[in-house]
Amino acid sequence: MQSEKFYYDNKIVRAFGYATVIFAIVGMLAGLFAAVQIYLPQVSMNFAATTFGRVRPLHTNAVIFAFVGNATFAGVYYSLQRLCKTRMFSDRLSWIHFWGWQAIIAAAAITLLLGKTTGKEYAELEWPIDIAITLVWVIFGINMFGTIIKRREKHLYVAIWFYIATWVTVALLHIVNSVEIPVSFMKSYSWYAGVQDALVQWWYGHNAVAFFLTTPVLGLMYYFLPKAANRPVYSYRLSIIHFWALIFLYIWAGPHHLLYTALPDWAQSLGVVFSVMLIAPSWGGMLNGLFTLRGAWDKVRDEPVLKFMVVAITCYGMATFEGPLLSLKSVNSIAHFTDWIIAHVHIGGLGWNGFMAFAILYYMVPKMWGTNLYSKKLATNHFWMGTIGIIIYAVPMYWAGFEQSLMWKSFTPEGQLKFQFLETVNSIKPFYILRSIGGAIYLSGAFVMVYNLYKTIKQGVFIANEAAEAPPLLKEVSHKKEYWHRILERKPMTMLVLSLIVVVIGGLIEMIPTFLVKSNIPTIASVKPYTPLELQGRDIYIREGCYNCHSQMIRPFRDEVARYGEYSKAGEFVYDHPFQWGSKRTGPDLAREGGKYPDSWHYNHMYDPRSMSPGSIMPQYTWLLDDELDTASTPAKIRAMQTLGVPYPAGYDKIANTDLRHQADSIAANLKKDKIITPSNAEIIALIAYMQRIGRDIRPEPGKKLAENKN
Amino acid sequence: MKFINYIEKIAGVDIYGIISLVMFVLFFLSLIVWVFKTNKKTFNEISRIPLDN
Repeated sequence: MQSEKFYYDNKIVRAFGYATVIFAIVGMLAGLFAAVQIYLPQVSMNFAATTFGRVRPLHTNAVIFAFVGNATFAGVYYSLQRLCKTRMFSDRLSWIHFWGWQAIIAAAAITLLLGKTTGKEYAELEWPIDIAITLVWVIFGINMFGTIIKRREKHLYVAIWFYIATWVTVALLHIVNSVEIPVSFMKSYSWYAGVQDALVQWWYGHNAVAFFLTTPVLGLMYYFLPKAANRPVYSYRLSIIHFWALIFLYIWAGPHHLLYTALPDWAQSLGVVFSVMLIAPSWGGMLNGLFTLRGAWDKVRDEPVLKFMVVAITCYGMATFEGPLLSLKSVNSIAHFTDWIIAHVHIGGLGWNGFMAFAILYYMVPKMWGTNLYSKKLATNHFWMGTIGIIIYAVPMYWAGFEQSLMWKSFTPEGQLKFQFLETVNSIKPFYILRSIGGAIYLSGAFVMVYNLYKTIKQGVFIANEAAEAPPLLKEVSHKKEYWHRILERKPMTMLVLSLIVVVIGGLIEMIPTFLVKSNIPTIASVKPYTPLELQGRDIYIREGCYNCHSQMIRPFRDEVARYGEYSKAGEFVYDHPFQWGSKRTGPDLAREGGKYPDSWHYNHMYDPRSMSPGSIMPQYTWLLDDELDTASTPAKIRAMQTLGVPYPAGYDKIANTDLRHQADSIAANLKKDKIITPSNAEIIALIAYMQRIGRDIRPEPGKKLAENKN
Repeated sequence: MKFINYIEKIAGVDIYGIISLVMFVLFFLSLIVWVFKTNKKTFNEISRIPLDN
């Protein structure tokens, strides 16, 4: 058979590779900056854009979508061409994908720091950017499927399956979770409310981990590990079972993020069952990776690429063992809302994703520049800095999480809570400091890599178009064979449809019951829509990213009821577009904050938290005292809420601002009694209105408990 | 709230459970059968794809 000559496009891989390195540094710097703010809130310099609530989403988005995203694309563009023995389908689409993605990252960085956020974790970006993501993702899809269809290799290697599942599921997750109603350019409300919003969000959130941080990286593992070890994967059979079991089970596991919340019980149990089952395919994948190195462990000693991969795969195994463990309700009751979870995700993020990204960079760069790595010694140093960094990061966070949780739950013999919330925070501050040291070591390692890659690039010559040869994929002659061949040709599409079906089932089963029947979420007659001022205040709460540190979800535990008040009910959140349950308690829960303190306390606390709570680590929000509330947006916000089914009276949008001013004036008058003179149009007034409202709907008298402890 | 409430309240909702269980079982049974029936040689060939360039 006549061989065809063709060229692999290395330029696009180089572009994504550079972007990977840049955003690794940017994302980690943002993380370090946020980490330092936790024990030194002053370093935010009191700018709105640099406070923790805005930097933390920047860190998570930068690391997930910019660093790991670009690394994945670099790896996919490199491996897909070689696995299909063809150049990418269209160079133009490749470049639109590249620049489109970088533009989205730039837009994300700017808007997140400006406080433009939907308030849903890992899906913070506002609706115009959501649309851009969809378009760029479709372009990536066309380019990928085009390449697969014009391939010269009959079989689709398992890595490609992972890429296909990634593409289809991320598309589905992104679209379903981003259904929102625009209020203005850069402001929207989630279509879903309360419990439903939480369910959709964590179905998304969990599967963003599964299909953005796990499946594509597993695809990379299945390609780059055999390449680096120069031997085929341990068991191809296992990889097939691994693939289907993983994508089938993952999609169900989301509700384990909502254990003991107001989410219906059956949904929580469903999440737990599937999370526990997930250990099987996850460990199947890990073992398949590690066993690939059987008889080749000597190579690990002097090949940095393999060193990184071994630790990455081990971290994958650790994180996926811990995941099912954390989803057990008894373990979750301790770990949830604490730094244990931060440790858990960073084993995955720093260990699995970070090390895998470094490994493929160390593999691809010398290959594409036709040279050897500048210094294996430096790469090994990077490896050790990274590994030690992970340990110094994770161990203190595990300790802190455990310690704080136990302190929260401690009672004196007299039956009183033993510790104030602030005491529990102060006791773990040393661990926060250690964590940032671990992070800094890991980041320094990344700088060593930058230098090493730079030197490697300097000593080589870039091969923009790498020549390759392969026979074309011919149609076979006999009728029977032609039939099979046609099936093979359709295989990528079959794969696409099959993976879609497999992942859709889980989503449907979880969501349909809560959506079909309104009575599934028991409504509470006393729960009323927010007043216009409270609604505006809530939007400030979202803008400042308060949900990054404060939950609004009291679980039905003795200590939580004693500390915060009556536990949260599903019916309380029916007007919450979006829900603000949060996932971490760096600060105390706010679900029953309304009426706990006078207005003046909130005013002073926002101006300087430490004046009201000495030792507090909350940032100052001084600008809220000066900035004027944008009341021009009120009518549009009321109309949007009406569209979403919030029962404001018809035509209320026209008079909403009158009500808003009345309420604002009364709060300003209230503050005046405590000798605080402030204009009633300051943003702080709206925020106080919201804070004083939270959780009061089912509490007839402020400060008095409605029911007995339920524990 | 227990799952049984939804099964009782929503007309025909049980079909989701049944269909998904049937699909799940059929899918994984056929997958396992396929994986173990397929010639090991084919798998060995496929698993060498990354290595032959």
